[in-house]
Amino acid sequence: MAQRQEIEAPSKVILIGGSAGSLSVLLVVLPLLSERINAAVVLVMHRHTRSEDLLEALLASRASLPVRDIEDKDQPQRGIIYTAPADYHLLFEPDGSFALDSSEKVNYSRPSIDVTFESAARVFGTRAIGVLLSGANADGAEGLYEIEQHGGITIVQHPETAEVDYMPRSALQLFPPAYTVRPGEIAPLLVRLASDISAARD
Amino acid sequence: MQIELTEDQLDTLIDDVQRQYGYDFGDYARASLHRRIARLMTVDRFVSFAELRYRINSDKDYLSRLIDMVSVNVTEMFRDPSFYAALRTQIFPVLATYPLIRIWHAGCASGEEVYSMAILLKESKLLDKSIIYATDINPTALSVARAGIYPLAQMQKYSENYVAAGGAEDFSSYYTAQYDMVKMDTALTKRIVYATHNLATDSSFNEFQLIICRNVLIYFNQTLQDRVFHLFDDSLEGLGFIGLGSKESIRFSTVEASYQQIAGKDKIWRKGKK
Ligand SMILES: C[S@@+](CC[C@H](N)C(=O)[O-])C[C@H]1O[C@@H](n2cnc3c(N)ncnc32)[C@H](O)[C@@H]1O
Repeated sequence: MAQRQEIEAPSKVILIGGSAGSLSVLLVVLPLLSERINAAVVLVMHRHTRSEDLLEALLASRASLPVRDIEDKDQPQRGIIYTAPADYHLLFEPDGSFALDSSEKVNYSRPSIDVTFESAARVFGTRAIGVLLSGANADGAEGLYEIEQHGGITIVQHPETAEVDYMPRSALQLFPPAYTVRPGEIAPLLVRLASDISAARD
Repeated sequence: MQIELTEDQLDTLIDDVQRQYGYDFGDYARASLHRRIARLMTVDRFVSFAELRYRINSDKDYLSRLIDMVSVNVTEMFRDPSFYAALRTQIFPVLATYPLIRIWHAGCASGEEVYSMAILLKESKLLDKSIIYATDINPTALSVARAGIYPLAQMQKYSENYVAAGGAEDFSSYYTAQYDMVKMDTALTKRIVYATHNLATDSSFNEFQLIICRNVLIYFNQTLQDRVFHLFDDSLEGLGFIGLGSKESIRFSTVEASYQQIAGKDKIWRKGKK
C-alpha cells in the first residue's frame, strides 16, 4: 500500500471505552487533556444511532482539544479527540489509519469496544493506552486484556466510583490492569503517561 | 476467543484464493479481512489454519461460504435517510433533464438500497425512463435482491427511514406481506438489471449519470479504493454524480480534483465537464 506522507504521528494512542454512566466521567477527563499530550485520543462509546451529533457537540463544548468525527482511512493525529461513529466497528489498518466496518454486532454493540481495543493492541502494541469506564456490559474487558498482552498500558475506572460497575468489574475479573483509578485521577495519569516531557519529570 | 490467525497465514490464504479462483482480496482493508477470516474459523469450527486452508483448496463450494463471510452484506432500505432526501431534492431535478437515466449501484448487497432508489424514482415519475444496474461480488446476495423478498420484521424500521427521507406515500403499498415475509412490488423491479461484478478486478461496462457505492469502499485499502474511483470515473459521464457511504470520501483518491462535493454534508460528489 502506498505510504502517505508523515503527518504528525502521535507517539501514543489513547483508547477510551465506556457505556452507561461513562459520559459524566468523560466530562471530567476531557477538559483536562491539553496540547501537552503527544497522543491521539479515540473514544468508543455505546450509543444510539440517532443521537450521534448531540454527543459530539456536547464533548466538543467541554474538551480543550478539538473533537472530530472519524472518516474511513483517516490517520489519527496528535492532540485530536476522535469519536467512533455509531453503527460501525472501528478498526486500525497496519499503517495506523482508521478503518470502519459495518459487520454484525459484538457483545450486542456496534461499535464494540472489544473490537477496537483488540485491533489497537495488534497495530499499536506498546503505544496503546486503553481506558475502560463505567458500563452495564462486559464489552471492552477482553480487548483491554489484549492491549495488556501486547505491551500497552491499561487503566480501569475504579468500580466503586462507577455509576454502573459491570464493565470495569468484568475487566478486573479477567486480569489486573496497570492502574485502577477514580475519575479525577484519569486525566493527570494520561497526561503523565503520554506527554513529551514525561520521561524528564519521572 | 478467536483462534489466532497470523498475518502470514492470512497472506497465504489470500494467495490461494487468488491463484485457485481468481478472487483478489489482497487489497482489502486488512483489519476487517483479518476479523472476517478469524470469524470464519470460529463459526465453522476449524481447529487449525491448516484445516481451513485444506478445505478452501479442495472444496470449490466452500468458496461461496468464504465470499459470504468476507463480503459483509449488512444493509437496509433508506439507510441514512438524509442521503435519499438529498438525491430526491438535489440530484433528481438534474437527472430529470436526461431522456434516459442510467444508474449504477455498485456493491448493492441484497438489494434494499436498490428498491429504495426505485421507490424514489417512481415517486418522482422518473422510473420509467431510468435503467438501474445493480451489481455485487456476492451471487447469493444478488439472488436475494432479485427475489425481492425480505423479513416483515424489518419493515417498521424501513418505513421510519422512508418517512425520514421525505417519503409521503404509504410505505406498505410497495410490498405485499405474506406470513412473516414481504415481497416487493414487481412494478419497481422492471427497470433493474442485476449482475455480478467485482470492483477489484472487473472493468467499466457502461456510462452512467449516477453511481451509488455505499459502505463498500470501507472494506478496501487506499490502493484498491483508488482503483475503484478510477473505474467509476471511467464509467461516469461529465457532470454525473457519485454517492458514497456516510463515512466515506473521495478525498484520498487521485481523481478528486475533477469532483466537487454538493452542498450539505451528504456524501455526493459531482464530476466536472469531461
Ligand atoms: C456493507 S454492504 C453495503 C450494502 C449497501 N451498499 C449499503 O450501503 O447498505 C457491502 C457490499 O459490498 C460487496 N462487495 C465487497 N467486495 C466487493 C467487490 N470486490 N466488488 C463488488 N462488491 C463487493 C459485498 O458483497 C457487500 O454486499
